[in-house]
Amino acid sequence: MADRPPACGPCLGACDGKGLATFQGGLLANNPISVQILGVCSALAVTNKLSNALVMGAALIFVCVGTNLLVSLLRKVTPRRIRMIAEVAIIATFVILVDQLLQAFYWDMSKRLGAYVGLIITNCIVMGRAEAFAMRNRPLVSVLDGVANGLGYAAVLGLIGFVRELGGNGTILGYPVLAAGPDGWYVKNLLLVGAPGAFLALGFLIAIANAIKPPAEEEMRP
Amino acid sequence: MSDVSPLVILVAAIFTNNILLSSFLGMCSFLACSKQIPTALGLGAAVIFVTTCTTALNYAIYHGVLAPIGLTHLYFIVFIAVIAAFVQFVEMFVERFSPKLYYALGIFLPLITVNCAILGASLFMIIRQYNFLQSVGFGFGGGVGWALAIVLMAGLRRKMGYSSIPKPFRGVAVVMLITGVMAMAFAGFAGMMSIE
Repeated sequence: MADRPPACGPCLGACDGKGLATFQGGLLANNPISVQILGVCSALAVTNKLSNALVMGAALIFVCVGTNLLVSLLRKVTPRRIRMIAEVAIIATFVILVDQLLQAFYWDMSKRLGAYVGLIITNCIVMGRAEAFAMRNRPLVSVLDGVANGLGYAAVLGLIGFVRELGGNGTILGYPVLAAGPDGWYVKNLLLVGAPGAFLALGFLIAIANAIKPPAEEEMRP
Repeated sequence: MSDVSPLVILVAAIFTNNILLSSFLGMCSFLACSKQIPTALGLGAAVIFVTTCTTALNYAIYHGVLAPIGLTHLYFIVFIAVIAAFVQFVEMFVERFSPKLYYALGIFLPLITVNCAILGASLFMIIRQYNFLQSVGFGFGGGVGWALAIVLMAGLRRKMGYSSIPKPFRGVAVVMLITGVMAMAFAGFAGMMSIE
């Protein structure tokens, strides 16, 4: 996102001409998981099933967009010294909303995601975007940044969830694809569903992302 | 859950249900601070201390304040506030008594606040309905498990400095793969006990 792009038109300049770059940055070039290595915990924990991964992605998009909007709207009245705690309070508010919604309408999913919904509060992506982007940019482009980063996160989660569910269970979204079971040919790879599979899947994913687009510095980012 | 001995929970939280290797919590600081053994040790000790104390504090606040007045749905925001305040305290303490460690940990000490292992321990304690002693056992065991994992990884990464790793795998990717192998090794403990 270093070079300033030309204004992209549809947003009528409300995004300060950063719209397109913001979007591509969040989704691909600066993908929160595969490039910045943020928010890894939930990417590993909830991806044993594709449906879990997708719901988690949707929850993060909601929290990220809401937080970015509110932080950006309040950026001029937030004293610098307490901005961190203000950001955390805003994030926690949106996470409580998501948690209550899930508990009210999707009890099963809420049970399966368990503590990891609450752990969106400590997801570095949300905090990172609020601190690095929304604090310095106008509301509209901040919302766009939230959508892009949320989508980038959801895309990676979906990909890992797809691989782990297909390999580990032979199903996609619960529908059988590879014939597993007593008279099927496919032997379920239980390693992929378990914890080690999550680490291996993400490790290979990051390596593939590195191979496609080598990172600028050898040193990995914190 | 109420009949499991706190000691069993403690041991299980270190080995069979390691907070990092089986619950995936605290990955960010695990990846960032596992380059040197002293840093890993310092951060591990800080995490043990903070998780033990915050699970106890959060247990008291949840069951003593939030539950009686029916505000349990606010526990996310209360827990994170308690943790943030507590980390601030630890930071001042470390700065005063071990400036060397303070500089070594640098930015990552404040980041303990957003270390999901700390919040995760408190959330799991509520979800699994532990009593007070079980909660403290889980908090302490979780912290020790996390510290064990990061120190082991720091040792492995030091050895890895001399090996030639394929280019795309350098950095985080290979650490993630090694963590996967470590998780496999820890999965070997799984038959002993479980606190799922």
